[in-house]
Amino acid sequence: MKNPYSDRKLSIAVIILIIAVIFIIRLFYLQVIDKSLKLSANNNVLRYVTIYPARAFIFDRNGEMMVENQAVYDLLVIPLQMPRGKYPGIDTLELTSMLGVSVEEFRDALGKAKKYSQYKPSVLFKQISSMRYATLQEKLFKYPGLFTQARTLRTYPRKSAAHVLGYIGEVDEAKTKKNPYYKSGDYIGISGLELSYEEVLRGKKGVQIQMVDVHNRPKGSFQDGKYDTTAVVGHNLKTSIDLDIQEYGEKLMENKVGSIVAIEPATGEILCMVTSPSYDPNLLVGSERSKNYPVLAKDISKPLLNRALQAKYPPGSIFKVIQALIGLQLGVIHENTGFPCDKGLVNCHNHPTCTSVKQSIQHSCNPYFYKVFQRIIQQGKSRSIFTDSRIGFQAWYDLVTQFGLGKSFDSDIKYMKGGRIPTINFYDKWYGKGRWAFQTIYSLSIGQGEVEIVPMQMANFAAIVANKGFYYTPHLVKEIGEEKIKDPRFYKKNIVPVNANYFDMIIEGMSNVVSAGTARLAQIKDIEVCGKTGTAQNPRGEDHSVFVAFAPKENPKIAIAVYVENAGFGGVWAAPIASLIIEKYLTRKISDPNKELRILEFNNLEKSLSFDKKRDRLNKKSQSAD
Amino acid sequence: MIKSATDSTRKVNLLISVDWTTIILYFLLVIIGWVNIYAAVYNNEYQSIFDISQKYGKQMLWIGAALFIILLIFITDSNFFSFFAIFVYIITIGLLIAVLLFGKEVNGARAWFEIGSFRLQPAEFAKLAACLTIAKLLSFLNPKTHIIRNWVLILGMIGIPAALIILQNDTGTALVYGAFVFVLFREGWVSTKFLFFGVLVIVLFIATLITDPLFLVISLIVLSLIIFGAMRRRLKEFSIVTGIFIVSGVLFYAINYALKKPFELHYVFAASALLASIVCVIINIQIKIANAITIIAMLIASLSFTFTVDYIFDKVLSEHQRLRISVLLGMETDLKGAGYNVHQSKIAIGSGGFLGKGFLKGTQTKYDFVPEQSTDFIFCTIGEEWGFLGSTIVIGLFVALLLRIIFLAERQRSHFSRIYGYAVASIIFFHLTINIGMTIGLAPVIGIPLPFFSYGGSSLWAFTMLLFIFIRLDASRLELLA
Ligand SMILES: [Zn+2]
Repeated sequence: MKNPYSDRKLSIAVIILIIAVIFIIRLFYLQVIDKSLKLSANNNVLRYVTIYPARAFIFDRNGEMMVENQAVYDLLVIPLQMPRGKYPGIDTLELTSMLGVSVEEFRDALGKAKKYSQYKPSVLFKQISSMRYATLQEKLFKYPGLFTQARTLRTYPRKSAAHVLGYIGEVDEAKTKKNPYYKSGDYIGISGLELSYEEVLRGKKGVQIQMVDVHNRPKGSFQDGKYDTTAVVGHNLKTSIDLDIQEYGEKLMENKVGSIVAIEPATGEILCMVTSPSYDPNLLVGSERSKNYPVLAKDISKPLLNRALQAKYPPGSIFKVIQALIGLQLGVIHENTGFPCDKGLVNCHNHPTCTSVKQSIQHSCNPYFYKVFQRIIQQGKSRSIFTDSRIGFQAWYDLVTQFGLGKSFDSDIKYMKGGRIPTINFYDKWYGKGRWAFQTIYSLSIGQGEVEIVPMQMANFAAIVANKGFYYTPHLVKEIGEEKIKDPRFYKKNIVPVNANYFDMIIEGMSNVVSAGTARLAQIKDIEVCGKTGTAQNPRGEDHSVFVAFAPKENPKIAIAVYVENAGFGGVWAAPIASLIIEKYLTRKISDPNKELRILEFNNLEKSLSFDKKRDRLNKKSQSAD
Repeated sequence: MIKSATDSTRKVNLLISVDWTTIILYFLLVIIGWVNIYAAVYNNEYQSIFDISQKYGKQMLWIGAALFIILLIFITDSNFFSFFAIFVYIITIGLLIAVLLFGKEVNGARAWFEIGSFRLQPAEFAKLAACLTIAKLLSFLNPKTHIIRNWVLILGMIGIPAALIILQNDTGTALVYGAFVFVLFREGWVSTKFLFFGVLVIVLFIATLITDPLFLVISLIVLSLIIFGAMRRRLKEFSIVTGIFIVSGVLFYAINYALKKPFELHYVFAASALLASIVCVIINIQIKIANAITIIAMLIASLSFTFTVDYIFDKVLSEHQRLRISVLLGMETDLKGAGYNVHQSKIAIGSGGFLGKGFLKGTQTKYDFVPEQSTDFIFCTIGEEWGFLGSTIVIGLFVALLLRIIFLAERQRSHFSRIYGYAVASIIFFHLTINIGMTIGLAPVIGIPLPFFSYGGSSLWAFTMLLFIFIRLDASRLELLA
């Protein structure tokens, strides 16, 4: 019996074959041609976890902790791995309350993350405290698509030395473009040691490629970690700062505006770098920074200004020490050169007549240095007083700049201002070429006029005197990761071309300044301090109180500069402050608590700020008048 | 009935007369399926494939039970199945009603009996009953007489279980009964035209909404060319038309590219197909080529249909109408995720590449990115771990099985056995097409298992019974007089 429809078996077989061929073509397209699916598969399952090494610690010269880390956690999201639609309302509430944010904030953050990428992880919330993290971590499994990443925040146990240490912050776009190491959201040193030693402190971040399942649970490393890179922890820094002294200096400078810089003369190591007013470095950590920075930036006492490096001051009488040294070196005066105190030339106070360089320093006689500087500038090498002044000034300039003045140091201290030592060009521009002579610039003789020095340079100058003619560039770091720092800049001996025996004369004078001169308040029991006071006039407000010193006289261990704005005589405020620092550093105790108490009780802040405000107003007026 | 005296000789005969090809194909599919279930749910804690606390361990038990079922079928008299077909059908309908009343709801479908920790899905076995009954019914109905009465009988017989299964909220399984159209076609109840147009319209409609138009247009054109080439061995004309299509396609593509792509790519290829068709018509006027006009008309009609459906769906229908169709087609299995499952499934298969990632190396299925990976989406594991090669082999095995069943069916002397064979092939074919089609984004997401592969006792046993009753019938075909 022949079935009438048996030919139809072929049609059915053909239909089966067609379907099979379509499937095979489709599979070929999906599996062999279309590469995007393989990429999506990797996006699904591979998670690139950046391993941030903990930023290295910073210690002071005695091993005291200055900066350490605390753990915080970022919450990240991969939108595609979140369940479709929204989390049920109750869960969103639970989540936001755990995070301590509002539902709206959560939605906004999530919206931004979704806009950035559906596949790639992006940060939802930053710096969740360890306490919140503890509760969050337990519940996180309920929220697929969300995961945390640990990172560390800086913390400053002694709340001191804010400007020395600087701070870190999120890297900006310009930097990420310039340096591919940094990715948006990374942290980078922005100022201070954090900036100078960024690469030492940060270490090297690593990448771990993890496999995760659909619920974001880690499922082990990808190809046994073949493509992982390990994070390398940075090296701890041992700074030259003596944290006790730094802290003590900050305490002494409370309610005053100014700066203290102390240096170890034999090495150039900075022992303290105090600026006042300052701030608690913990205020500029993590998410706190965005809140506190504007407040500090607007504060009229300018706590963000590092006066030790950036405040350009007239040096006042301390400059006489340099003038004397230059005069001696140029041979225009001798050990026993004497000048009468002719108050007709320039104002002075009453004191015995100076018959030697030593006495001139001890009594800080203004007319004496007027005469010294006159001899330097007008050496009689040309008949024209203008040409003669040019020759003399150039000779002076060549020497004075050898004292580390007029330029910033090439060192690990950042954002230092160079101050100003006027040049011939400067005066030519100011007065016209051949139209200035000694008479025009005589106020330089007593450290007034166009000369400006930052406190760091003053302290370095004190170190030069202590060393009798040389200095190592002041710097902040002694050791990197247990090893003595190798930076050649710190080991270069800068020799000042002035004979050592001239320094001896000056040192004798400076010794007398403290023992029997203007800085008797700087005396310390059993320690011979050599110093020089200054009372720097400033056109808008009371004189600044200045003191530079070193001690002990033999084999000096510390050189110091103290600058207190608008505090009057150098001997009254700056000198005792310097002596307290010196004594604390050398003996670790204070023999005269009354001296300390007097300084602590001295509140000069309001007065300084009122001058500041006046100056700002004047500046504004003069600007609007232009 | 066969006398008991001949029993011993018959049993010896059975081992020789069963179709070992089919049996070997069956065991290959079942074992590959089992291994892939192991790979799909594999984790480090339970490494033994025999661990019966895991799905693969359970599947092993189901396979063991299937062997027992096979044995039972083999020792059953071959006339039993024809004889009791109606009886089995009535029992099954009873079970389908009972499950609606007493069944357990799983994933929104009230389709399961729960006996202790064991779950049974009567709808799976209803397929078997339907196959037996349709074979029985068609074997004595005549398509030429009492047409209305016969059709009422046939559609009623198919429709009742399908309707009951729809009431269980398991539309996917009910759609399987549509597969009997192939049986009706083979037996002359449905004409070639009806089958062709019916299948074409359904396929085009679904394909337009599910696949991207470019893939569809190219498939249609390639398909037309294949049919054109196969119909008449006019190699010269065939090459001319193909050549014109390819050259104009490349040309149009280049022009479109140069104009900064003003047109979508599928329009470009549709245009070149049109050009090739016009040339073909001109050739046809000169030398008559049988069916050429028909094929061209079909192609153009298909393309128009595709573009119309696309246009209506995108531009005419409102948002909620679109959504309802999408849900109906399973394009959105849950209202939450538009095609999330299919997307993940395509990623898993696509990431397999040509040779696959290797056994147990598949990350997408192992880490649960693919939903239902051991049941409805088991093909993803094959695609990911065994790649294009493995997937093609599996499809090849299925095609071999289907063609073998058709071959066996055609050699049956009894109508019942032949029709039953076609019914079995139709059911398996429908499952295969929809299941693999959905994992590669060519078919709507209808939750039906891949025969012999997917995890689950009910499904495995139902397909085992379907197939082995046919093998049993085939083995005793010679006992009947023609
Ligand atoms: Zn005097």
